[in-house]
Amino acid sequence: MTRERILEARDLTVHRGAVPVLDIPELDLRVGEVLALMGPNGAGKTTLMLTLAGLLAPSSGSVSFRGSVLQAKAGREAFRRRTTMVFQDPLLFDATVAQNIASGLKLRGLSATERKPKVEAWAQRLGLGALLDRPAHQLSGGEAQRTALARAFVLDPEILFLDEPFSALDPQAREELTGDLGHLLAETGTTAVIATHDQGEAARLAHRLAVMKEGRIIQRGGLRKVTNHPEDPFVAAFVGMETLLKGQVVDCGEGLFTMRVRKGTGSGEVMAPGEVRPGQTVLVGVRPEHVALSLHSDKGSSARNAFPGAVTKVIPRGPFFKIELDCGFFLTAFVTAQSLSELELRPGRPVVASFKATSVHLIRREGLGPEV
Amino acid sequence: MDLIWEGLRKALELLLALDPEVLRITWLSLQVSGVATLISLALGLSVAVALALNEFPGKRLIIALLNTGMGLPPVVVGLFVTVLLWRNGPLGSLGILYTPSAMILAQAIIASPIIAGISLAALQHLPPGLRLQILALGASRPQMVWLLIKEARLPLLAAVMAGFGGVISEVGASIMVGGNIKGQTRVLTTATVMETGKGNFDVAIALSLILLVLAFSVNALLTHLQQRGRRP
Repeated sequence: MTRERILEARDLTVHRGAVPVLDIPELDLRVGEVLALMGPNGAGKTTLMLTLAGLLAPSSGSVSFRGSVLQAKAGREAFRRRTTMVFQDPLLFDATVAQNIASGLKLRGLSATERKPKVEAWAQRLGLGALLDRPAHQLSGGEAQRTALARAFVLDPEILFLDEPFSALDPQAREELTGDLGHLLAETGTTAVIATHDQGEAARLAHRLAVMKEGRIIQRGGLRKVTNHPEDPFVAAFVGMETLLKGQVVDCGEGLFTMRVRKGTGSGEVMAPGEVRPGQTVLVGVRPEHVALSLHSDKGSSARNAFPGAVTKVIPRGPFFKIELDCGFFLTAFVTAQSLSELELRPGRPVVASFKATSVHLIRREGLGPEV
Repeated sequence: MDLIWEGLRKALELLLALDPEVLRITWLSLQVSGVATLISLALGLSVAVALALNEFPGKRLIIALLNTGMGLPPVVVGLFVTVLLWRNGPLGSLGILYTPSAMILAQAIIASPIIAGISLAALQHLPPGLRLQILALGASRPQMVWLLIKEARLPLLAAVMAGFGGVISEVGASIMVGGNIKGQTRVLTTATVMETGKGNFDVAIALSLILLVLAFSVNALLTHLQQRGRRP
């Protein structure tokens, strides 16, 4: 299923003074898809977003909307009437919730009678029905950002840009709003671009990911592909693949290989899927949710990789706990509160960490290795 | 103390009798300073918007000059305008020296930097992303400027109050370019100076009271506008 391209960026660069801050050779957005721009602060997410949204003129290159290049000021102005953006700061006007939601419609010249039903409908959908007459400065952070979302959705934008919309909120409001936004995007089929540095947020909202670093997109693709098959250690770390193991291929065949990794002073063997050659140096990653912990190694398990080790750290992570382990190499695992108490996990506790060969993702291979 | 009480008593008499000369002076003060403030608002706000929304070399210098201008001594402005409007000065052909127009010109020069300076601070104090947010909502540039002004309305009204307060109370420039001519350019401040000089403290006190009430009323009105709809 290939859908119509709604936005195309080509050879986009932005310079601040003489310093290049953005370099995007190519980026497409298709109708109805949600693209997440991920990356640390300063990666260029906001700059890219502003350029795509017609709010920042690129130093070179072009942005096309539905096949026509956005020309200078007039073109971008017309484009901005058909799209909109929600920022990290709600940036509400010093007016009531209803007036705020109506503001974009008013700018488009809709009369009060045309605005009213739309404003009320969207206030309802975002749970603001009872707050319509409340001055914006009396709202909580979550309510304010809901108002900002209503103000954007009421415009029925052809593309909705969201620049880290929830990162200033407390965890609970953030959780709720992420869920609600996900529903709204799905229900309306709105095409959207969302910048975030939260992997969970991206996973819940986006169909496609583009991971950015230093003004460039270093990997992009479907959500599952990028999260499970990061192409380099930076992307791996960013999409939550916390355990990275480097080693040398000692055996391979039938799409499966064995690599030797340094394990304390000795070495251990890890099985992983992938086409490699013996002798190649490879980098693999394991997601913490794919690592299981037990007190004894279970011979009957389908997990091919089992490593005894000890807990070094227990870190609460919302409903889960992140366990850091020393198995001669660094390993992380997610466990539930129940497992935490059943296994009596605490620093120093000896455990066996295991993961299936299919949970190991080949990130990089180096060196050609000898011909087979 | 007697002098003050006697002065206050006579002042009240003058006010209650609605002395035509006093009324004329009051009305002229209000007209001259009101028009000067409006001109300064148009000028000052335009300059503030241009400075707030654009980046260009020399911007800091202009802002520094503007802030210095907020403290322009009225006598210096009076001298400058007098020279400008003098019979064989650059604008002498206008023939407006010693008319209310000259006073409006001088007062507008005094109030414009005040209004521009405070307005600029007000606009710069708005959240930095607000401009982009307004544009992202589909605003044209004029719509964006209007919404920014609306958002900054509280401090902008403070700018108007400061501008009006500055010119309704100034005396140096008004005397120099207006000449305190009875029935033509005599305003509350210049009349107060003259009456005090002549030892007519009662009239001077009456005029001062009017000046105070006037300043208070205009500011009360603007404050009402400013604080309207705002609850603690």
